[in-house]
Amino acid sequence: MEIKKKVTAVVFSQEKIADGIYDMWIETELSQNAHPGQFISVYPKNQSTILPRPISICEVDEKKEKLRIVYRVAGKGTNEFSEYKKGDSISVLGILGNGFPLEAAEGKTVFLMGGGIGIPPMLQLAKELAVANEKAGRDNSNIKIILGFRNELFLQEDLKKYGEVYIATEDGSTGSKGTVMNAIEDNGLKGDVIFSCGPMPMLRAIKEFAAANKMTAYLSLEERMACGVGACLGCVCKTKEVDHHSHVHNARVCTDGPVYLAEEVDI
Amino acid sequence: MEQKRNTAVTIAGVTFKNPVMTASGTFGSGMEYGEFVDLNKLGAVVTKGVANVPWPGNPTPRVAETYGGMLNAIGLQNPGVDVFIKRDLEYLKQFDTKVIVNVCGKSVEDYVEVVERLGDEAVDMLEINVSCPNVKEGAIAFGQKADALFHITKEIKKKAKQPVIMKLSPNVTSIAEMAKAAEAAGADAISLINTITGMKIDIHRKQFALANRTGGLSGPAIKPVAVRMVYEASQAVNIPIIGMGGIANGEDAMEFMMAGATAVSVGAMNFVNPYATEETIQGIQDYMNQYNVNDINELIGCVK
Repeated sequence: MEIKKKVTAVVFSQEKIADGIYDMWIETELSQNAHPGQFISVYPKNQSTILPRPISICEVDEKKEKLRIVYRVAGKGTNEFSEYKKGDSISVLGILGNGFPLEAAEGKTVFLMGGGIGIPPMLQLAKELAVANEKAGRDNSNIKIILGFRNELFLQEDLKKYGEVYIATEDGSTGSKGTVMNAIEDNGLKGDVIFSCGPMPMLRAIKEFAAANKMTAYLSLEERMACGVGACLGCVCKTKEVDHHSHVHNARVCTDGPVYLAEEVDI
Repeated sequence: MEQKRNTAVTIAGVTFKNPVMTASGTFGSGMEYGEFVDLNKLGAVVTKGVANVPWPGNPTPRVAETYGGMLNAIGLQNPGVDVFIKRDLEYLKQFDTKVIVNVCGKSVEDYVEVVERLGDEAVDMLEINVSCPNVKEGAIAFGQKADALFHITKEIKKKAKQPVIMKLSPNVTSIAEMAKAAEAAGADAISLINTITGMKIDIHRKQFALANRTGGLSGPAIKPVAVRMVYEASQAVNIPIIGMGGIANGEDAMEFMMAGATAVSVGAMNFVNPYATEETIQGIQDYMNQYNVNDINELIGCVK
């Protein structure tokens, strides 16, 4: 069993990779059990910001000594993180949540769909799917990576190593004009399984698209969290069936999710 | 040589190995935090509020951070007393700690139903939630008027087999008056404070930060209010008080105890530090060592 822990990690590197988007590698033992789609909660040092910030795992290094997080500065807490330098300590709770079920993509054509700050978890996911392909003696042509940006791109070069990348930008400056859905249409993409993370309107569109095209979609949801471990019931999402914890229709995003089968959630 | 110092406290005939408990709603039934702390070390686990039937709670967002604290409007999502007895109480039985069950309801009858269902279960005390600010019916409706509080306390006491703690709201004009009403109706103890009603507006979205609009403020931001209210209540009544509100460590716990609390609960700070309960217990021991206090009971209400 994986034990959740609060640990002190050390910042290994940090750089700004787009407007308001930061890329940080941290050295931590938590990397040993990190799976794509899981997250960590990062605590600001400033005591006026008491709650940890849930941030998805972007990448794990080969030796499993470091975790990469790519996050957007959204307020006081993430602004503090953006100022950390190599060698600074950083307080982290993890590993949290359930990741994407990689086995669902076995032998299938899979769409990895990321929108904005939902793109980072797609990297480790693509990497692990590529490893599975290599083991099975396949190429990566079954991995279609579909990314939606406002305008400025990030992580697309990293992702190109593991599959075919299709891009949509809101202003049309790169790739399709519009959203990830436009990128699918413009490129005539067909597949079996979708792994996705991004803003709610994008996830709703994916759920609808998957149902219409008989694809199996997994959505990684985001919700305001407090404890991150399933105790406070702050971050819930509406579910089709009664949830196993409270026996209502409100599953906990932090512990039952954040990744759900699209038809299980009412979004 | 470390001297053996007494940290045990007794409330209504129930002895706790130390005065540190968990504030209802911040610790589930202990399962989630059992991964971080040894529940055997806690004075008591106070569970999340449980009703007669499952409650779905409020829409999201349910939580928002504020300066040095947080607002919540969970709305008492819970699986109802049947599942709670089968799953949560069963889980808690394996630990050498006291179990206090927080009870919520929409009507006096709802509360009484849960209290009766728990009568023969492995429950050491009942904490009656008449102070949750986030539900439309019940809860705080019984906790803001002295006569309503007196009435529900009296009705629950008629049926309860375990000692009854009334959990009081800070959203009142006089906490002393409320404490007296609970005592007069036969409450065995009181606990305070529940959260303080607050509001946050997201100026970027021009919306309330919480779907429920208002929520309960907790965390270090409310600690001075809580200490003051524990003090005022302790001056007004003779029944024991369980104090809570932003407790993060042993020093905070000592403040509440010196103000008159017999025991304390760690609440929102569990979210900030999942080890906060154990560290608070250690902090109390460290304080006793530093000042050579042989018995924690000597310090209860020592500041007058």
